[in-house]
Amino acid sequence: MSKTRVIPVLLLRGQGLVKTVKFKDPKYIGDPINAVRIFNEKEVDELVFLDITATPEGRGPDFELLSDIASEAFMPMAYGGGITTLEQVRRIFELGFEKVIINSAAYKKPNLVMEAAAVFGSQSIVGSIDVRKTLLGRYELCSTSGRVKESVGLAEHLATLSARGVGEILVNAIDRDGTMGGYDLKLLREVSSAVSVPVIACGGAGNVDHFMQAVNDGHASAVAAGSLFVFMGPHRAVLINYPERTVLSDCLP
Amino acid sequence: MLVIVNYGVGNLSSVQNMLRKAGTQAMISGDPREILAADKLLLPGVGHFDHGMKMLNQSGLRDALDRFALELRRPVLGICLGSQILGCGSEEGNMPGLGWIDMQCRRLSPAPGLRVPHMGWNQVNLKQQSPLFASAAADARYYFVHSYYMDCADEADVIGTSCHGIEFTCAVQRGHIFGTQFHPEKSLRHGLALMRAFAELVPS
Repeated sequence: MSKTRVIPVLLLRGQGLVKTVKFKDPKYIGDPINAVRIFNEKEVDELVFLDITATPEGRGPDFELLSDIASEAFMPMAYGGGITTLEQVRRIFELGFEKVIINSAAYKKPNLVMEAAAVFGSQSIVGSIDVRKTLLGRYELCSTSGRVKESVGLAEHLATLSARGVGEILVNAIDRDGTMGGYDLKLLREVSSAVSVPVIACGGAGNVDHFMQAVNDGHASAVAAGSLFVFMGPHRAVLINYPERTVLSDCLP
Repeated sequence: MLVIVNYGVGNLSSVQNMLRKAGTQAMISGDPREILAADKLLLPGVGHFDHGMKMLNQSGLRDALDRFALELRRPVLGICLGSQILGCGSEEGNMPGLGWIDMQCRRLSPAPGLRVPHMGWNQVNLKQQSPLFASAAADARYYFVHSYYMDCADEADVIGTSCHGIEFTCAVQRGHIFGTQFHPEKSLRHGLALMRAFAELVPS
């Protein structure tokens, strides 16, 4: 049995799911509740929902939609998008999510992470970072769905998140998003060596080989993907899919 | 009636949803009278041991719960923190637990290649027969997310172990009192089978 979690990341935009490329050009994928039902049947390890317009629109989570989504899920679920207060964190858990994902808020209010971890337990708080590569090949952090460049360095921000008690780090390589050409392994290695908590790789997965690379070379504890699980074939037809468990058990530790 | 104990901690709606899928109407309640009138109790819980025990002690349910478990001796299933608090205490904090099972919670240690919290799917090695696992599939796996594990004083209370660096106890039973470290309500069909088994338990 594979211990490496393989996690679909579903992007919410309004009431529907979308998929982006390099955090741009959202394409409509389908209905989130239907997606959860399908993933239940496919016995996925875990599901991540990210509301990609919450922070840009300056609003919090859509609790009504999340309640509908959570009521259909019989596997662990994480939610991120527009979380800025402890009360929102509490409500997300009450709805039936196991984890909340904090990204933009962690730059201005790192203590939110600390408070949430203290009340709800570190294991339920995921610190998420969206990382872009500069022309010089350095990594820079972005918030607000990739629209705002943050000045804090990668190592320093990871240290902040660790010190505040995150239970996991979700690393999203903006440049790889939607490309299905493989994860940014150098980035993964850098993040995995900087923190002691599990690291979830995201951005660029195109096949199970990429998962193996993320774990073996990138030292990720879990692998996440968007496009891989919602598109099929060379013309990227929308089809929700997930590898067979036997394939995953054979390939991943 | 199966009552899911609401003491302000834990994922009540997920548990209720899974029980509904298992064919059981369960009631969520923080009322001692409703608890005492139940046939079975489910004790959920997520988070810090001391926080859970503080909330439990403040809930006004302590007496009813002790009565239910120790005098009326009806079935109780604790999940995750709800299972850990069945014991005497935890290295995570200072507060005493319910003390219904003689066990202490200890911290999982990270090791090369192994991070803490233990987060993900894992198998359970059954140490003895238990009605909870009677219809478990051969490929059964369950979702774990925890940094502390139960350490029983009496091996006879251990029904299942799992492995994360060390082999650790993940399912306990003392008579009519059951506990699982993992989350059956989030373990798809495997968790469904376990929840159904608990719901259909005929008390002896």
